[in-house]
Amino acid sequence: MNKVTLFLFFMIFSASLSGCSTTINNHQGSLYIQLGEEQGISRLVDSFIKELAKDKQVFPYFAKASVSHFRKGFINHMCDISGGPCKYKGDNMVDIHTGMNINEADFNRVVELLVKAMEKENISYRTQNKLLAKLAPLRSEVIKR
Amino acid sequence: MTIKRFLSCVFLILPTLCFADGKILATPGVSQIEGSGGGGIVPWAQLAGYASEDEIAASAFCSVANVKNFSLNVCGAQANLYDRVELSIAQQQFDVDPLNVTLKQDIYGAKFRLYGDLIYSNWPQFSLGLQHKRLKTADIAFALGAKEKQGTDIYLAASKLHLGAIAGYNFLWNATFRYTQANEMGLLGFGGKNSAAIFPELSAAILLSKHIAIGIEYRKKPDNLGLNESHWRDMFIAWFPNKHINLTAAYLDLDTIAGIGNQQGFYFSLSGQF
Ligand code: HEM
Ligand code: HEM
Repeated sequence: MNKVTLFLFFMIFSASLSGCSTTINNHQGSLYIQLGEEQGISRLVDSFIKELAKDKQVFPYFAKASVSHFRKGFINHMCDISGGPCKYKGDNMVDIHTGMNINEADFNRVVELLVKAMEKENISYRTQNKLLAKLAPLRSEVIKR
Repeated sequence: MTIKRFLSCVFLILPTLCFADGKILATPGVSQIEGSGGGGIVPWAQLAGYASEDEIAASAFCSVANVKNFSLNVCGAQANLYDRVELSIAQQQFDVDPLNVTLKQDIYGAKFRLYGDLIYSNWPQFSLGLQHKRLKTADIAFALGAKEKQGTDIYLAASKLHLGAIAGYNFLWNATFRYTQANEMGLLGFGGKNSAAIFPELSAAILLSKHIAIGIEYRKKPDNLGLNESHWRDMFIAWFPNKHINLTAAYLDLDTIAGIGNQQGFYFSLSGQF
């Protein structure tokens, strides 16, 4: 058992090292490229919108929004935060989501729908996690406002 | 055992009930052997169940651990109130094969989330918990030198999930510091030659997919009875097919129990959430 524990620690340790080296070697492919660049992100956002529209729990938030405006803004934002060649110029996260009173459960539901959309677009589990890691820090700017 | 009968009812009606699913799959962890939300042997900072801050959730579990000369059966239940408070109850039944006796203990637990969110806060999630333990079969404990048949553990736990941290996989760690005088969790009573002290417990896990986590745990324990009571370790794999059920299997190394060494074996646990 001692050896097995050591082995596991070593695996985790070496995996964390390789994790670092892949993020350093940006030329191998940034998150933007892993998401399929502009086309991939557009397809993902379209799938995501379909999921939002089908969902009874969170659709009410979007009922009055303009789909084309949201689509454009969200694609741009995702391209920006994934390291793509875009600059998001829309309103900031706080301003957009103020007045919506989004609670934790609805936020998590939206994350689940994004994961569903990523699965439908065959985005790998590891790439999914990397995109979620970029979005997670924005939660405090989005909920309970 | 009445709680077993209660739980089999719960598992039966479970699919017809449903309160909360505000959290992301697998993030509440599983049920540890003293009934708190956690890994297999360590209570974690996460509260059991999928309740977010506007919801309540309930869960129930049964676990068995079989090592060379001993086996532990536990069933229990938890309530999660608004992702702030976890209340738990567990009944442990511990079979000592060499003596052909069974030790029994009830554990009442409470856990309070002090700060943070496993995924979203900058700092880890912190929780403060207690486990009040009542040993129902105290004769052996007293014969071995234990001082009490009741005791309360107090612990502080910190936990964090790092999204995509290890080559794109989510990495979760938990560190718990427990103030305790329990001998073998309380099954051999409380206290002895030494008084209560603080012991570290550590867990680390990787989520291989949305549904599968693998990990390791380590738990240091007191040796109040001078029986070489050793630290515990396990390696686990947990499967979360959906938000209502999860299955955990683990390889356990409990080393020396009641002076008998080489206590390795397997652990299985089934939980239901609703
Ligand atoms: C980290 C998570 C989130 C990010 C990064 C995000 C980002 C954005 C972006 C970039 C837009 C487009 C704004 C524009 O260009 O004008 C937008 C709009 C919107 N978001 Fe979010 N959002 C997040 C979470 C949520 C959640 C959880 C909800 C609801 C439950 C939500 C509801 C909305 C709505 C309703 C709009 C449309 C506003 C309108 O056009 O009237 N968002 N969001
Ligand atoms: C209010 C009631 C319920 C709610 C809110 C609910 C919610 C959910 C959610 C959110 C998931 C997706 C989990 C995930 O994979 O991320 C899920 C999956 C699932 N639920 Fe429920 N559920 C409810 C009732 C039930 C009942 C009554 C049953 C069965 C008798 C059931 C069986 C399942 C199964 C089998 C899955 C996995 C489906 C899959 O492969 O994705 N659920 N549920």
